[in-house]
Parts: sequence; structure tokens; C-alpha cells
Amino acid sequence: MSWRCGCRAAGLLLTVLLCGLLPGAAVASDDLDYGLTPRKVADDTWVLIGKTEDFNRSNGGNIVNTAFIVTTAGVVVIDSGPSRRYAQQMRRAIARVTEKPVIRVFNTHHHPDHFLGNQAFAGIPTSALAATIAGQKEEGGAFTDNVYRLSGDWIKGTEPVPAGEALRPGVQSIGGHELELISLSGHTAGDLVVLDRSTGVLFAGDLVFYQRAPTTPHASIAQWLAALDRLAAVPYRLLVPGHGDPVGDGRAIEQTRRYLVWLEDALRRAAERGDEMSELFGLAIPAEFAAIPLAREEFARSVAHLYRRYESETLRRLR
Amino acid sequence: MLRCGILVFLFWAGAVHAAAGDDPLQSPQWTDLKQRYLGAARVVFDPRVVVTGPKVAEDSMNVPVGVKLSGLADVRRVLVVADLNPIVKVLEFSAQGALPVLHFRMKLQQGSPVRAMAETADGVWHVGGIWIDASGGGCTAPSVGRGTANWHETLGQVQSRVWPGEQQSRVKVNIMHPMDTGLAPGIPAFYIERLTLQDATGREWMRIDTFEPVSENPVFSFDFPGTPPPGLSLVGRDNNGNRISARVAQ
Repeated sequence: MSWRCGCRAAGLLLTVLLCGLLPGAAVASDDLDYGLTPRKVADDTWVLIGKTEDFNRSNGGNIVNTAFIVTTAGVVVIDSGPSRRYAQQMRRAIARVTEKPVIRVFNTHHHPDHFLGNQAFAGIPTSALAATIAGQKEEGGAFTDNVYRLSGDWIKGTEPVPAGEALRPGVQSIGGHELELISLSGHTAGDLVVLDRSTGVLFAGDLVFYQRAPTTPHASIAQWLAALDRLAAVPYRLLVPGHGDPVGDGRAIEQTRRYLVWLEDALRRAAERGDEMSELFGLAIPAEFAAIPLAREEFARSVAHLYRRYESETLRRLR
Repeated sequence: MLRCGILVFLFWAGAVHAAAGDDPLQSPQWTDLKQRYLGAARVVFDPRVVVTGPKVAEDSMNVPVGVKLSGLADVRRVLVVADLNPIVKVLEFSAQGALPVLHFRMKLQQGSPVRAMAETADGVWHVGGIWIDASGGGCTAPSVGRGTANWHETLGQVQSRVWPGEQQSRVKVNIMHPMDTGLAPGIPAFYIERLTLQDATGREWMRIDTFEPVSENPVFSFDFPGTPPPGLSLVGRDNNGNRISARVAQ
């Protein structure tokens, strides 16, 4: 073991020397470039595809899909990303595509990777479902702290700014695009889905994950499955999931659905067996999901989010 | 001059660390912790002391931990500690007929080693543990139940279940209690101190001394060799003198 201690002391020594000799050696935060490259997926429609990873210090939270539609009246943004810095760079990326101003921002739900960029769209009407705004107000501060902890300097200067307008579901016509705003829930208490009827692109938010394990911190699986039924009935040409590549068919909805059905069944059966939470981290994940990025990590998180509900159904009170 | 001082200190600290032993979890607190809880007794890191839990605590108020002693005979008692928690000692248990296994949930204030330290009849402490990362706040946040008006109406209520098996059986209990740590501003420490599993004759099969870091409305699972004794009940008290007593649902 002693070599380990030796290495550690040497590492500390190096740190002290570097700090002492090179006070400006820390990476200048101006160098933190998300490398956002809009991908055109339909007429007037661009998507910024995030990595299928969790927040970390090298991706800076660029783990989410955001999008924008260039209408004749101006640019509509769907989700503002994980940080002020991301949204500033997103605005520069938009400006490379069009000279038109951003006129509207939608937040699909209240999770930090989808709305912490709102700050960089100050003065532009930003809307979300009422339940989403409530969640942004209640949890935005804690989300920001946690994202800062996970991704560091990328998040510097980011403040949570809730959407300013509660939107009504229905059809809005903006600059020649007919946008159907669909109010659903299940991933969170308020999940907005935007169907651009003019292009057939469905922006599904985090109701759909593709080749990235779904996250469940605010999930109701029953509502989520009902929402997926509804989405499966929508006539779309291209579906943009909240995480993972856009797809032209139903496979992303189907993968999310199959995963959630398995997850609920696995947790319920474990609870009925009397398993303890600490015994579930090694539970076998079926082959069709095991290779999906973050399957093991998200399953462990889901145990923390959901298991108590199933477990408490198995217990009984006697005096 | 100052830098030289720091360098000397570092080398000195490194040497002490090496001399103090070989904590596999490389915790800065291990030397003090060992001194405080185990004194001069002989200590060995033992793979038979198995602690299970998540790599990362998703919910730092409810971090699930399992302790299992596989093949370690004559265990008198087991201490569970979290080195870097503001309140280090989580619980202590002794199995007196139940298997030396305990599952529970705890609060973590920050990433920390979580260790089980089992004392055998020869006075040796056998130590095993894991490192659990956490975003923090688990110990200094008020209990969730404090936000509801009627927490006192359910105080001390027990829900339970037995899963009988021929080789091994499981008993799971859930006790309603805020388990306040005393570290949230204006809320004094209020926690369960003692829980025992007793049979109809009053014989104790498992005893746990619990401390502030155990989660709110705690859940414990116990394992018995073969079928559990009939007429089990959970009996205990908190630090305010409230009694807990409930039959275990079969």
C-alpha cells in the first residue's frame, strides 16, 4: 500500500508547486466551447444533438437535445440547454444559420438540462406548462447547485430563470409554422410535446429517450406509458427525442416503452420478493437494455426514485 | 519560506498516513476514527465483512446500505460508521439468533466511506466498507415529515412483513419517525435509540442501537436462518422516551 501513499503525496506536491508557480494555470473559462453544431433535420428545422452521457466536467452538461425552427416571423427555440454558457453559444450557432431574431422559447419540462439556458434569452417570451414553471421555481436552485457540482466551470454564472408564461395546449401559428402544443405528463408532472404540423417534426422532450437510458427522478410510470400511447398515435415524419438521435419511425417510443415496462415490473417483483434496495444494484438488466448507455447507472437511480412506492405496498400495519 | 513549510508538512503527513496503516478506502478520518471507536484493539480489513450500497447516492436522505458478515463466526456486535458524516456513528447491531445481516437506509452529508466494523469474541475488529459519493445535505436538511401537520399522529407506527423460507426468511419493518439529527436549524435531535426484535417469550433475536444518521421513517430488513420464531414483535424507544411496540405482520 505504501506506494499509493507515496503517489498521493507526490500528487499533492505537484499541485502545490503548480499553484504556487503558475497562479493563472487554471483553464480560462472562455475556452469552454460546447462545439454546438446545428444539424438540419427538416425544412427550417435544426437540432443540437447532445452526448448520451450524464453531466460531467468534460461535457459541461451538453447531454441534451435542443432545437430551433426558423419561421418567417423569427426563430422558435425548443429547450435552452444546461447553462447560460450553452445558451449563449446556442444563440451564436443560431446566428450562423439565420439573421432572424429569436422570438419564442419553449421549455419542454423543468429538468435543468432543458431550461437553465433561459437566462441567456432574457427579454424573449419564454413559455412552458404551468406544472413545469412550478417545478422550475421550486427546484431550480437545487438543480443549479447540483449541475455546478457535476460540471464545474461550464455552469459558472448560471442562474435558474423559470419560464415567464404558462402556455395553453393547442395549435399556435408562428411565421408560417403550425405548432401543436401537447400537454402530457409522466416523465415529470408537466411534459410539453411540440408537433410542427408544417414539417411533421415531433419534439418529444424527455418522454422519449433513444439509445440512452431514461431517467426517472420525477416519473410516474403509469402516466408516462399513457403519454407514449398518445405519442404513438401522432402522425409525425421525424421524432426528436430529449436524448439520443432523431428517428423517422416508432422505434424510439417503443424502446422507451419497453424499458419502462421492464423497470416497473422488475421493481414490483423485487418488492414482492422482499428484496432490499441495497440488493438491487446488481440486478440483471435484460440484454436489449444492458448495452444502452447509462443503463446500469440509471437503473440504480430509479431504485432510489421509485422503489419505496412498490415496497410500501407489501408492508402491513399491526398494533 | 511558506512553500517550504508546506512541503515539509506534506512529507510528514504522508509518512504518518503510511505508518497509520493501509485503509483500503484511503480515508483522511480513518486513523482518528479507529482510535475513537476501537481504541487499541486489533483491527483487520476483512473481505468477509461486506457492505453494499450505490456508488452514488441519488437521494442523500435515503442511502440504502446492506451489511452482511459471511463466514465470520462469534460476532459480538457490529458498528456502522460513515467517516465524513458530521455524526459518524450510524448504528450498532448484534444478532442474537437472527443472521448477522442488516439492511437499512441512512443520510449522507457528503461523499464518504461507509464501514461496518464487526467485533469477534477474541476482541478483534473486522472491518469492511465502500465509498459512496453524495451531493450532500442529508444530515443538515430538516426531515420531510416535518413539513406535514400530522407527523406526530403516525409517530412510532410500524408496518412490517415476513417472507418465510425454509432455508432463510426475511423480516422487513418500517417505523414512522422523523429521525431529526439536531443539525437542521431550530430542530432538536429526535431519533430512535433502540430497536429489538423479540419473540413471544420476550427473547431478543436482534438488537439495534440507532443514531441520528439513520433515515427518516426508517426501513430495516433482517434475515433469519430457517423460519423465523413465532410471535415476533418490534420493541424500542426514541431519545424522548416514546415507546415503539408492534407485532410483526406474518
